[in-house]
Amino acid sequence: MGKTEIFPLKQETDIVIVRQRVRKAAEAVRLGLVSQTKIVTAASEIARNALIYGGGGECVIEETTKDGRGAVRLVISDQGEGIANLDRAMVDGYTSGSGMGLGLGGAKRLVDQFAIESQPGQGTRIELWKWR
Amino acid sequence: MVDKIPILKMGKFLLLSIQVDMHDQLAMDLQEDLTHQIVLHRSKGVLIDISSLDIVDSFIGRMLSHIAHVSRILDAKIIVVGMQPAVAITLVELGLSLDGIATALNVEKGMRRLEQMVEDDLSLELESGEDRDFSAEAGD
Ligand SMILES: Nc1ncnc2c1ncn2[C@@H]1O[C@H](COP(=O)(O)OP(=O)(O)O)[C@@H](O)[C@H]1O
Ligand SMILES: [Mg+2]
Repeated sequence: MGKTEIFPLKQETDIVIVRQRVRKAAEAVRLGLVSQTKIVTAASEIARNALIYGGGGECVIEETTKDGRGAVRLVISDQGEGIANLDRAMVDGYTSGSGMGLGLGGAKRLVDQFAIESQPGQGTRIELWKWR
Repeated sequence: MVDKIPILKMGKFLLLSIQVDMHDQLAMDLQEDLTHQIVLHRSKGVLIDISSLDIVDSFIGRMLSHIAHVSRILDAKIIVVGMQPAVAITLVELGLSLDGIATALNVEKGMRRLEQMVEDDLSLELESGEDRDFSAEAGD
């Protein structure tokens, strides 16, 4: 059956590791090269957010299926300050820091399924799916 | 992990190959190092080879924009070469437009493009010089 692994996001080098592991998982479920690139890029954006804005967190990488098709499921979560205004945060170009404001909106476009839960003071949890 | 990105001098241009997973410190060091090298060698152009990068996220995109901006101030052209097709497709969907950054398929083509850009610039300077002469004459 599917394989599930959990990786910490405590420092910048952890983002590099997560990218590599997401790539491996995407290859394992036989996503095409473009799909692999999209899910790895989305993971990179969301993982960096968890580190920078969420004060660190973790990334669950699951090799699974969706309606019989090979799929990668990621859950990236943190226990940081959360996002008070989700609608605003999702808008392209909005950043409260010094980024380009493309991480959330861009990641959503790059995957097949995107879900975000965030409570001020309780952290943020984002689930990303990419399937064949 | 690698702690420095080498910058090579190639004739009147500089070449840097990003072959590692970038992180903040590396990006900061690279920008500083590049600025220094452009001034030191009075470089007219910089080639940034990203053929080894299997993704470009908004962090790297921002770094490339910064480098382009700084180079412009120092009057050096930059060109990004070797972007993988899957990366290019993904960039568009991410919403990252490398606005104002020229791209080429490989280092060789990038070189030629840079030469052209630098030449165009020179002839533009000459032209505007002629314009000034001309208007001076007309005023006589
Ligand atoms: N995990 C998180 N915890 C708290 N705030 C977040 C988190 N992720 C994103 N945000 C907020 O959403 C904004 C937009 O995020 P994003 O689209 O990735 O752009 P950027 O990272 O360039 O700021 C961030 O500036 C931040 O205010
Ligand atoms: Mg971000």
